[in-house]
Amino acid sequence: MDFEWSVIWGSLPNLLMGARLTLVIAFFGLAGGLTLGAVTGMVRTYGHPILDYIARGYILLIRGTPLVVQVMFIYFALPIIAGMRIDGVTAAILSIVINSGAYVAEIVRGALLSIPKGLGEAGLAMGLPFRKVLFRIIGPLAFRRMIPALGNQCITSLKDTSLFIVIGVGELTRQGQEVMASNYRAVEIWTAVAVIYLIILSTMAYGLKFIEKRMPIL
Amino acid sequence: MSPKLQMVEFRQVVKSFGPLVVLDKVDLTITKGEVVVIIGPSGSGKSTLLRCINALETIQDGDILVDGRSVRGTKDDIHQIRLEAGMVFQQFNLFPQMTALENVMFGPLHSRGMDKKAARELALALLAKVGLQDKANHAPSQLSGGQQQRVAIARALAIKPALMLFDEPTSALDPELRHEVLKVMRDLAAENMTMVVVTHEIEFARQVGSRLIFMEGGYIVHDGNPVELLSNPPSSRLKDFLQHVH
Repeated sequence: MDFEWSVIWGSLPNLLMGARLTLVIAFFGLAGGLTLGAVTGMVRTYGHPILDYIARGYILLIRGTPLVVQVMFIYFALPIIAGMRIDGVTAAILSIVINSGAYVAEIVRGALLSIPKGLGEAGLAMGLPFRKVLFRIIGPLAFRRMIPALGNQCITSLKDTSLFIVIGVGELTRQGQEVMASNYRAVEIWTAVAVIYLIILSTMAYGLKFIEKRMPIL
Repeated sequence: MSPKLQMVEFRQVVKSFGPLVVLDKVDLTITKGEVVVIIGPSGSGKSTLLRCINALETIQDGDILVDGRSVRGTKDDIHQIRLEAGMVFQQFNLFPQMTALENVMFGPLHSRGMDKKAARELALALLAKVGLQDKANHAPSQLSGGQQQRVAIARALAIKPALMLFDEPTSALDPELRHEVLKVMRDLAAENMTMVVVTHEIEFARQVGSRLIFMEGGYIVHDGNPVELLSNPPSSRLKDFLQHVH
């Protein structure tokens, strides 16, 4: 078989448009997911038993079902229940938020619990309220320990956006599929799609390495 | 005894962890300027007793008054008690992401609400006091155990406490590093700081302590003059204990 470079150049505008949407979904999804996960993780570690119970239910539900089912539910079932339409990109972002949030919560909880108890006690013994002990002493130390695991989650979530092909959101994988459906050049298109993902993800990995270097685990 | 001189007052204090009673109706009054050394076998309740003073442990019954405020009082009472009582831990517990100077500045900045310049001056003066002004910009991991504990003492002093609590301050140190920490504590005692020291350092108790308490099984078994108790142990339990720590 012959590898037609011209096929790739021709499809590149469409693929890059898809890559842009992939990045948008991942960015907003992870921004929301990290926030939701941080709050849920703190609730699970220090929260009132009732709030903890709710947090555990949420984590069980999300980790216990596939992402595809979750996005299908949000995109097709939720409008019926709530009686409002939701567009594909919003459904995709929302899926990443609630999905990554559950995993991030457990990362946050693990890191918070790993900080020696004495450090928090030293802060309390100085007369600091627990809130300040958490945000100024335990939190910053725990964050450093979270970086490798959070990095993993960011990489996973970014790749998970390819599953939104099932609700027709024009992210990178969907764009590849559509281009291929019109010209049947599977080798060129899927090679190009894979390379674009690889560029995005290796840039992310490099960024993570940089952050980890600046904020080593203590 | 005038009530103004009372720094800490335990009234029938009961502390338990689940079914395990660690302090059983303890009464104890500590007056200003005293250096109270608490010894006893592990599990006797001595560290717990210390940690109840600044409400790191909550008590189940009775009451503890620190400078007239109850550890069972409001949030503000507990905040004030913790500002009154500086604490030094066995494991130093310096904040690893901060330099020695930042560790000492932390309390003044975030608990006392001092401005940065004043906190910095105070911290530098305290580091000088413990002989570590040249280590101000070192991270805790760059310091020896003895140096870390001296920074921890400076950090506790930085909130300007009226009372210092020491929880086995030399137990995690190599023998040759203990003396530098004990010297700082001795200097503090000479300045009339009220101190409660849980330790196994019998010589420190003899030389610096103004009062010695021997605890066992959640009770205060002996409470008296260190020199008298140590040279003439009134019970076989204390005698046995002293033989084992020496």
